[in-house]
Amino acid sequence: MDAFLDGFSVVTQPGNLLYCLIGVLIGMLIGVLPGLGPAATMAILLPIVVTVDPVAAVIMLAGIYYGAQYGGTITSVLLRLPGEASSVVTVFDGFALAKQGKAGTALGIAAIGSFVGATVSIVALSLTAPIVAGWALDFGPAEYAALALLGVLLIATIGSGHPVKALIAASVGLLLATVGRDSFNNSQRFTFDSLQLADGLDFVVVAMGLFGVGEILYNLEERHGKVHVPAAVANVWPSRTELRQAAPAIGRGSALGFFLGVLPGGGAVMASLAAYATEKRVSKTPERFGRGAIEGVAAPETANNAAATSSFIPLLTLGIPANASMGMLFAALLVLGITPGPQLLEERPDLFWGVVNSMYIGNLLLLVLSLPLVGIFVRILRVRPAILAPITALITILGVYTINNSVFDIFVMIVFGVLGYLMKKVGFEPGPMVLAFVLGALLENNVRRALLIFEGDPTGFVTRPISGTILALFVLAAVLPIVQAVRRRRTATPHPNTQREDSLR
Amino acid sequence: MSDERTTARRVGEGDILAELEAEVAHELEEQRPPAGGPAYQVVAALVTLGVGLAGAVLAQGYGLGSLARPGPGLWPMVVSVVVVVLSLALLLVGRGLTDSERFSRASALPLVGVATFVALGLLIPTLGFEIPAFALCVVWLRFLGGESWRSTIAVSLGTVAAFYALFLYGLRIPLPHLF
Repeated sequence: MDAFLDGFSVVTQPGNLLYCLIGVLIGMLIGVLPGLGPAATMAILLPIVVTVDPVAAVIMLAGIYYGAQYGGTITSVLLRLPGEASSVVTVFDGFALAKQGKAGTALGIAAIGSFVGATVSIVALSLTAPIVAGWALDFGPAEYAALALLGVLLIATIGSGHPVKALIAASVGLLLATVGRDSFNNSQRFTFDSLQLADGLDFVVVAMGLFGVGEILYNLEERHGKVHVPAAVANVWPSRTELRQAAPAIGRGSALGFFLGVLPGGGAVMASLAAYATEKRVSKTPERFGRGAIEGVAAPETANNAAATSSFIPLLTLGIPANASMGMLFAALLVLGITPGPQLLEERPDLFWGVVNSMYIGNLLLLVLSLPLVGIFVRILRVRPAILAPITALITILGVYTINNSVFDIFVMIVFGVLGYLMKKVGFEPGPMVLAFVLGALLENNVRRALLIFEGDPTGFVTRPISGTILALFVLAAVLPIVQAVRRRRTATPHPNTQREDSLR
Repeated sequence: MSDERTTARRVGEGDILAELEAEVAHELEEQRPPAGGPAYQVVAALVTLGVGLAGAVLAQGYGLGSLARPGPGLWPMVVSVVVVVLSLALLLVGRGLTDSERFSRASALPLVGVATFVALGLLIPTLGFEIPAFALCVVWLRFLGGESWRSTIAVSLGTVAAFYALFLYGLRIPLPHLF
């Protein structure tokens, strides 16, 4: 309890408060601007951010992540362009409301729902994270190996994109993680006698390439000549009736979001979909959905923020990043010399509670800022993407150089940038590759350590209760989608989709 | 409206989620350029297959060891085999996928972008960052972004000045610089 309260004194230091504010503002900004997502932004800003104090850096990066969830709503409602995958369902009712001149109401409800969802989720996180961390302290190499394996699998299969492709990307990421000196006996692997590769690939550089440069190059091609004109926004304060109508949806969205967010993979995306589906199911008037139902905005926006918050749990308690943005936070912590895991809470309570409690403050800031400042963010939408492109490009190049003062890093980043761009063109998501790359060393070291302990007997992974359970979940997670796909193919009938789509416009 | 209700009933309550997923996929689909054909999928699968095979061959050379004493090549070997198996699976099931995007004339823009990145990487150590960064801005704004000369010059100068102040004075990071 003391550590919890100390966390607040960490956050309320003026410097940290300022970084929290900068973080959420940048987050909202990139959420509003189509193009760069939060993971890419975190990757691009990483080298600059880590020059400041570790706690402030992590507070700011976290702010970018959950700030982006707020910002994404604005483009979904006003432009019918979801800034984030987790805001796609918001488009259905959000844009319908905007067409009825109720854009302000939709944004207001979304902001309130986001705040409630995030806050509920932070409270639950504050209560459960210490328990999970305490439980995980007993984990041995076998448990960690099983957990990392499950994490990689879930990240690959739950996220967007074709599962086989995502798994290939993840496996190649694991392979890339082995480049460099083998930590067990110092032999060189995949270095091709290059001195620069001997220490392995720096994952900040890899992530900046795959996420940052890859997205910048991709946007260069896609955005050419597109201009967006947003709808006008009037009153953002929802009426009492609208609030009453949205309240149950916000409540259910918070709970759903929290639980789904803990899952590695696209927690926020799944949560927003599930919350929308739930509201439609329990509604007495499901036909209103897609035509401007306020619950259709409230539920997914609440759920994706709750999920964004609870996705910090696996990272802060187990050291397993649940999504690409958490992967970047993981990278930042490692760069700062902190290994995320169950020992984090004991060793660095200031950092743990500082970050967790910064989310209370950050979400409050977002609520306070997002309602009155909607007008300003709408104006930012008119900034031409062409002007921002060279600025982000320069931040990326100069930033990656400053990590090790190395020109070699610039070229490694460019190579991975081209790879990221090509992956997007042929339908591979770079996310699983980066996450598997981040987890690669952890996975390999623990597998090998466990094999040494088990004296080469691989059944040891299965017979230990916790790792056995996790591996059983792994098999379940691997087999279930295949079974579902086969079933779906068997029952596949021509879908009566055309009528439905009309009703969604 | 009644259409929707009957559809919902026909599909069944449990499938709302699946249906929604399809809708979301459709929604995202609309904003995307035309898909590349099966050739894109096959080439991609062949490339990853090659990566897996090369990884396996190299891993073999690093020494596999035994399960009791894993060598440096064992883990890369296991992962490479997984890559190979998955790539073969993709060759089988991936031909009909529509998640690729066709290269078009606009694909030349990223190519120019990469060239400017490489140029910057080559020039920074000798020329400092100011002039190459200014040149990159001009190329991106004027030629890749289609901005007017006036806004190109203004934004480029402002950007370089801002970076100069941010890196050298704000963050005190030693960046190679001329002035």
